[in-house]
Amino acid sequence: MTPIREPIAQEAKMKDVKVLGPGCKRCQATAEMVQAEADRLGVAIALEKVTDYAAIAAFGIAATPGIVIDGKVVHAGGLPRAENIALWLSA
Amino acid sequence: MSSCCSTPLAPPVKPPSATPWLVGTVGALLAWGLAYAALEPVSGWVVSTLPLEPGSHLEDAIAFFLYDTPKVLLLLTLVVFAMGVVRSFFSAERTRALLAGRREGVGNVAAASLGIVTPFCSCSAVPLFIGFVSAGVPLGVTFSFLIAAPMVNEVALGLLFALVGWQVALTYLGFGLGVAILSGWVIGRLHLDGWLEPWVLKVRAGAVDLPVAQLTVVDRIRAGIDAVQDIVGKVWMWIIAGIALGAVIHGYVPVDLIAAIMGRDAWWSVPAAVVIGIPMYSNAAGIIPVIQALIAKGAALGTVIAFMMSVIALSAPEMIILRKVLSTKLIAVFVGVVGLGILAVGTLFNILFVA
Repeated sequence: MTPIREPIAQEAKMKDVKVLGPGCKRCQATAEMVQAEADRLGVAIALEKVTDYAAIAAFGIAATPGIVIDGKVVHAGGLPRAENIALWLSA
Repeated sequence: MSSCCSTPLAPPVKPPSATPWLVGTVGALLAWGLAYAALEPVSGWVVSTLPLEPGSHLEDAIAFFLYDTPKVLLLLTLVVFAMGVVRSFFSAERTRALLAGRREGVGNVAAASLGIVTPFCSCSAVPLFIGFVSAGVPLGVTFSFLIAAPMVNEVALGLLFALVGWQVALTYLGFGLGVAILSGWVIGRLHLDGWLEPWVLKVRAGAVDLPVAQLTVVDRIRAGIDAVQDIVGKVWMWIIAGIALGAVIHGYVPVDLIAAIMGRDAWWSVPAAVVIGIPMYSNAAGIIPVIQALIAKGAALGTVIAFMMSVIALSAPEMIILRKVLSTKLIAVFVGVVGLGILAVGTLFNILFVA
């Protein structure tokens, strides 16, 4: 009876993930790791790459790549570990 | 496997026991020591089995290559691992918090020192620069960090230590810090904030509260291993190429030639070394084996150190990256001040240390 509500509920649960970085190799790799981990866990995410320097600075990080999940910075600097990504996505 | 519900989320990761990691680390260090002790006899034996004329140029070059390659890789692995563990105690954000609002002088010293131990990748140079300046780290202090971070790095120190000796490695460390501190201080005194790209000054850094990661001993050991995989995995071929080139110099290039060009008597050799080094871009890995061979052939140490600093600290790709935040004028001042600092170091060294 709720064919319309179902997808809306899904949408609301979708995690908003931003990967911060000017587009270097590590940032690229980080974005791919996040997507792979999300797929593995079956977590729906909206992945966005933030490459603008001013926008990156506005998040307060000084080292890239950074990861922001639902508006909260969870990681800054260097490649993250897959198991940590899983933890952040599950939180 | 026995869980009843199909939960899509990962179960909380249980912290792994530290004991196997510690035992493994100690075991690896022991194996390292054995391998290091075996270097000389084994490489000597290998050379003696080769059909080479004893005392020939070729034998000289091959012996140099066979002994130095494993030695350098071993020492580099150890230094990079140790540095990886040390760096797990620092982060760019924490360093920034330590430096924000600090007075110049003390701030420059702190920034240059933190530049050595803070994890830093050159692709982060711009975010780091903006992050520092917008958080209230003075411009000159930021520069001290940005100069020290690439110049005084574990690869450079580890290789110098391995190939030329700890005295030179320590000298490089001290003088590298000196150049970073003084150059940053001078740039700060010049009050060049207006020479930043205008948009940089408008950026307001958000306050970040990174979850304070409680790193365990295991995390830190793994950080060391990661660093080895990352850095040694990237530079090993440069090192082998550099040692091969060094071996050729070692075996074939006459002492007189190097001494005449790069010896202490040639007053112009330090400025020439700095100028040639500025546009050059190489990581420390490729250049240091060559440098060692040059020193062995009579090049003055100050000249060689100046060349090395110039190659590592100032490079065309870095200028291009920094151009996004600095005006061309400010980049020129940066190159000029750092270049002069390196020149002073090289000249001073040649005067002070009469070999």
